[in-house]
Amino acid sequence: MVNLKINNINVTVTDDITILEAAQQYNINIPTLCYYPDLHINSDCRICVVEIEGYKGLKTACSTPVREGMNILTNTPKILNSRKTITELILSNHDASCTSCIRNMSCELQSLAKNLGININRFENVLEKKEIDDHNPSLVRNANRCIKCGRCIDVCKDVQAMHVLESMGRGHEMEIKPAFGRYLSDEFCTFCGQCANVCPVGAIIEKDNTDIVWEKLYDSNYHVMVQVAPAVRVSIGEEIGLETGLISNGKLVSAIKRLGFNNVYDTDFSADLTIMEEGTELINRIKTGGVLPLLTSCCPGWINLAEQEYPEILPHISSCKSPQQMFGTLAKTYFAEKENMDPKKIYVVSIMPCTAKKYEATRRELRIDNKTPDVDIVLTTRELGKMFRQMGIDFNQIDEVEFDNPFGISTGAAALFGATGGVTEAALRTVYEILNEKPLEDINFTSVRGMKGIKETEIKLGDLNVKVAVSHSLSNARILIEEVIAGTSPYSFIEIMACPGGCIGGGGQPYGTTNEVRLERIASTYLVDGNMVYRKSHENPSIKKLYKDYLIEPNSSMAHHLLHTKYSPKNI
Amino acid sequence: MFLQKILESYPISEDYLLEILLDIDKQKENHYISKEEITLISNHLGIKESHVCSVVSFYTLLSTNPRGKYIIQICKDVPCYLNDDFNVLKTVENELNIRVNDTTRNQKFTLEYTACIGCCDEAPAIRINNITYTNLTKDKVVNIISDYKEGKHD
Repeated sequence: MVNLKINNINVTVTDDITILEAAQQYNINIPTLCYYPDLHINSDCRICVVEIEGYKGLKTACSTPVREGMNILTNTPKILNSRKTITELILSNHDASCTSCIRNMSCELQSLAKNLGININRFENVLEKKEIDDHNPSLVRNANRCIKCGRCIDVCKDVQAMHVLESMGRGHEMEIKPAFGRYLSDEFCTFCGQCANVCPVGAIIEKDNTDIVWEKLYDSNYHVMVQVAPAVRVSIGEEIGLETGLISNGKLVSAIKRLGFNNVYDTDFSADLTIMEEGTELINRIKTGGVLPLLTSCCPGWINLAEQEYPEILPHISSCKSPQQMFGTLAKTYFAEKENMDPKKIYVVSIMPCTAKKYEATRRELRIDNKTPDVDIVLTTRELGKMFRQMGIDFNQIDEVEFDNPFGISTGAAALFGATGGVTEAALRTVYEILNEKPLEDINFTSVRGMKGIKETEIKLGDLNVKVAVSHSLSNARILIEEVIAGTSPYSFIEIMACPGGCIGGGGQPYGTTNEVRLERIASTYLVDGNMVYRKSHENPSIKKLYKDYLIEPNSSMAHHLLHTKYSPKNI
Repeated sequence: MFLQKILESYPISEDYLLEILLDIDKQKENHYISKEEITLISNHLGIKESHVCSVVSFYTLLSTNPRGKYIIQICKDVPCYLNDDFNVLKTVENELNIRVNDTTRNQKFTLEYTACIGCCDEAPAIRINNITYTNLTKDKVVNIISDYKEGKHD
């Protein structure tokens, strides 16, 4: 432990932390801008500078380690002047049209300027307008708003091992962009959206589809239905200013109903269906000596990576469509037939924690009879929050309502899809009981839970001891994939999620998704599971009915036709 | 192919990226790294194109556009700027009849800015390929350029 003084307050902390962390422990606020808790410390922006007695010049609190006896001041006129000048300089090279920016009131630069009391900018704006890249269905990159903090580079390079974005040029001419200034659509970009999630300003944002949805909601030619992904119910609270990890089921459904959707359904239902199909596929591959390990296919960011960079891995990937797409298909076939509706008049909206889902919904392979898309449009958790604000919905003032049927009943297993390891746990609960024809003693697979990068477990299926692995974030995925390609992978089943923490940490989730926040959302996910009546996908009565009435049995030719897809190598 | 030869002369490690790039630049009369070369280098070293582009764009020694045989680089950092009482850039522009970032029609000269070249104590300074010229006056600049024009360095 070391003892120091910050603003004349005695501080005792461990010796392995920075001044910023020490200040945070004592609730002393030092403003930051480029700093992000889980990423590399760049100390680029110099906003967090402090004065240390006996040290020459100002020092960055984010990167300076604490030392015994330090006497630190965090708010002298010299520091304030420096912070103001830096902020004014950033603003002088920034498209500060705040009121027409998606980050208005959630922008870190805007709140910094406000907190520093910047009333006037002494510098003239010298921004040279650059082209906005909105050439893909998922993300929009607006370099005019970029403040060059480098968070997107770090998350893309270090966390996702994609390295699409880099700093190009030097000095004040430096820009952050892909190689040769290409569009994201011309890059090996998976559209995971982690860059958009960590961006402090509006430089990388999701493609906003809320206007299209509003139009459809008031177009009497369409029957507009919506599905809500598992991870959204543990994160929407943050988006509307409520506590982190808040579980909202009934109020979420109620609020979405108020937006005007004809039906509000649960992607958890099709997650259960995914388990039936994927679980059966695993059983068949094990029994018939098929291609193993079987790799999960729920995550469109991961599918993009596989198609772009690992064509040889494609036969390993489950042919199951993702839960989002399975839902869309059923809405336009099973539901349409039951309700005697024209599938073309059914408009399917998804609320997803994910920006890659926007791309997935546009895939040619995922259309009914090669024409009508399974899912018409995808909104992120953040866009749903925007619609609530547009409508003026107050969560505290509304009742709880249940999901509509037939796609409203789900199990705890499906709820787990939101967290890393969840698909594995859900699959094992079902595969074990089907294959071994006896109930599982302990349905909690705690070894695949939590934020460890690669997790594994072993389970006895029939006569075989089967090894299973789970990875989240694409840097970890690459480790497991390369083992499979090298032929050294000891596993029979591998779950891969592109985003850290799984979907609860997706690129479309509320801003400020740090690992600490991810852990809270994960904890809530397991609470949701624990409170469910049914906790195994094969026990879901609606799923049983769906097979009885329509699909016959898992992996039947009908199920194959509707619920499975194929992958092909992609070049840029 | 000459690129293959250069790549093979270094260990396969991103630590050698800058050496490889400088080697290519040196061996090509038009002093630039092409898109195709960037792709080949990134595949060979197992790094992303964005990384190679970032390095090429950081160093004023390197370029992704074809340049002349002689690259005249005018330092634009503060000491050179402050000590420049006759306008080095304009003098060179007039001598060669080109603007900054242009190449002469005969592909002999490219005129560029550079970040500091470490001659602050003898500012203003310019660099032509590997040679630095310091304590410049207008006459000195005119003489230097005419030597190059006359082929004294060829």
